[in-house]
Amino acid sequence: MTCLPKQTDKKLGLVIDLDICVGCQACATSCKEWNTSGYSAPLSDHDPYGADPSGAWLNRIHSFEATTAKGVSKTVHFPRSCLHCEEPACVTVCPTGASYKREEDGIVLVNPDTCIGCKLCSWACPYGAREYDYDDGVMKKCTLCVDRIYNENIPEEDRVPACVRACPTGARAFGDLGDPDSDVSKSVAARDGFNLLDEFGYKPVNKYLPPRINSVQAAPAAEEPAAPDGSRLEKLFAWADKALSR
Amino acid sequence: MHPAYSVILFTTSSGAGYGLLFWLSLAHMAGRLPGGAMAFIAVALALVLITAGLLSSTFHLGHPERAIGAFSQWRSSWLSREGVAAVATYIPAGLLALIWLIGAEAGVTKLLALLSATGAVATVYCTGMIYGSLRTIRQWNKGLTPVVYLALAGATGALLLGAMMSIFGAAADWVGVVTLMSLVAAGATKLAYWRQIDADPGQYTTEMATGLGGEGGSVRPLDPPHTKPNFVMREMGYQVARKHTRRLRRLSVIALFAVPIVAVLIAVLASGGAAILYLIATLTAGWGVATERWLFFAEAEHVSQLYYGANRA
Ligand code: SF4
Ligand code: SF4
Ligand code: SF4
Repeated sequence: MTCLPKQTDKKLGLVIDLDICVGCQACATSCKEWNTSGYSAPLSDHDPYGADPSGAWLNRIHSFEATTAKGVSKTVHFPRSCLHCEEPACVTVCPTGASYKREEDGIVLVNPDTCIGCKLCSWACPYGAREYDYDDGVMKKCTLCVDRIYNENIPEEDRVPACVRACPTGARAFGDLGDPDSDVSKSVAARDGFNLLDEFGYKPVNKYLPPRINSVQAAPAAEEPAAPDGSRLEKLFAWADKALSR
Repeated sequence: MHPAYSVILFTTSSGAGYGLLFWLSLAHMAGRLPGGAMAFIAVALALVLITAGLLSSTFHLGHPERAIGAFSQWRSSWLSREGVAAVATYIPAGLLALIWLIGAEAGVTKLLALLSATGAVATVYCTGMIYGSLRTIRQWNKGLTPVVYLALAGATGALLLGAMMSIFGAAADWVGVVTLMSLVAAGATKLAYWRQIDADPGQYTTEMATGLGGEGGSVRPLDPPHTKPNFVMREMGYQVARKHTRRLRRLSVIALFAVPIVAVLIAVLASGGAAILYLIATLTAGWGVATERWLFFAEAEHVSQLYYGANRA
């Protein structure tokens, strides 16, 4: 059923700290590794080591240069994956019901057995979070590692998304954003966590913590050497310089 | 947006087919459609165009063999509604074709024609709304989008009916007038649509998409996340030069509206050569509507490209 649930019991999602992400791609690589080998078919790659590589990835790490109105700029590494929105049209446009949002935890998933590969859901996502798999003929997207977080066959400390587990800086956290007392909700409250493209109105569950851009001080401008003033003394030095370097 | 040829062919071919079905049904209800072979061939042509379009639309699916599932989500999905409406329209239109083929005199044909015309409008409206409902693409998310789809289906369908009737030597002035009016209406809607999308610079920015920069700040991409374009860039980042757009718009206006209007006008006013004039008008309009549909995709900008260097969307 592609109608959205009125509300979900939990709002599982990620909180990504843009202040400490170093853009190492560990989360993207780990995501690819986990999701290509487990649930559903592999995430196919074409020409992966050649001149024109392409393939389905569920997590992409951009880098942006953000400049404030005062001219202070900062490089920000920016992981981007499905935000498991509360009211996403990527679910409602799906003609088959393959794209759905789970009532129990809010995770947005694609059923790989009923997806017809019409790609309409990817058109409806403003975040570019869905990638079509040309080999499998179905749409792929972040699963919030649904096959890890409830998986009793793996050690308890691994029951978090692969990207969260892999991040060396702790820039990614996983939890229930519908519970105000969860660690993730607290960090969002404490750090002014925000929604990407909030104006669009899909109500993303995933939150981003802003870089502490105001703590970056503009480097003091280097002292300019005084312009020559054309005095006699200066001319004397100029003559001496020329004479000596002959 | 990447203009997929299968989708261009689908929407133009089935659009013209539904337009033809609409006008011939109306003509039949008004008692103006010549009976016999002509009526059957007209409804058969409509069904062939519709079917060719629907078949070609399955070519871009990853799993066409599962397409039956696409009828299930009509509560929320315009694509699903389109499928349901298309199948529902086959029933009265198919019965009409059958009755006219065996030449039976049945009192129900007017009711079947009414249902066919309604189904044709509903299906084309759903097609338009698949695009019109996507808020991610401002050039599509306009009230005029489904209107343009309806108007163009009506104009190309009227041309087809005029061509058929003139080939059968039954060209009547009313067909010419209907065709001219629908061409003018379609042309006016399309021009209004272009004016509307040109006036809309887009309300979303890279700063909103990334939440960076703060008040009055700016954001620019530094390193891309991948070395070559991914699916999102290839599918949604298609770009066409502005100069190119202008030229193609002019071309489609000439082929889709100007030439057919002049040709049909001559056909109505002059005494002979209607068949050849309608044929010329139909063929150029076919070329024109394909160009128009290509542009509809190529000009569409997707919000996701804010993460890939677009400043506004
Ligand atoms: S980020 Fe995109 S794919 Fe994920 S739920 Fe939101 S709209 Fe859907
Ligand atoms: S939650 Fe899992 S699927 Fe989603 S980005 Fe992280 S690793 Fe990838
Ligand atoms: S693993 Fe962590 S630090 Fe590295 S790119 Fe991903 S979020 Fe950033």
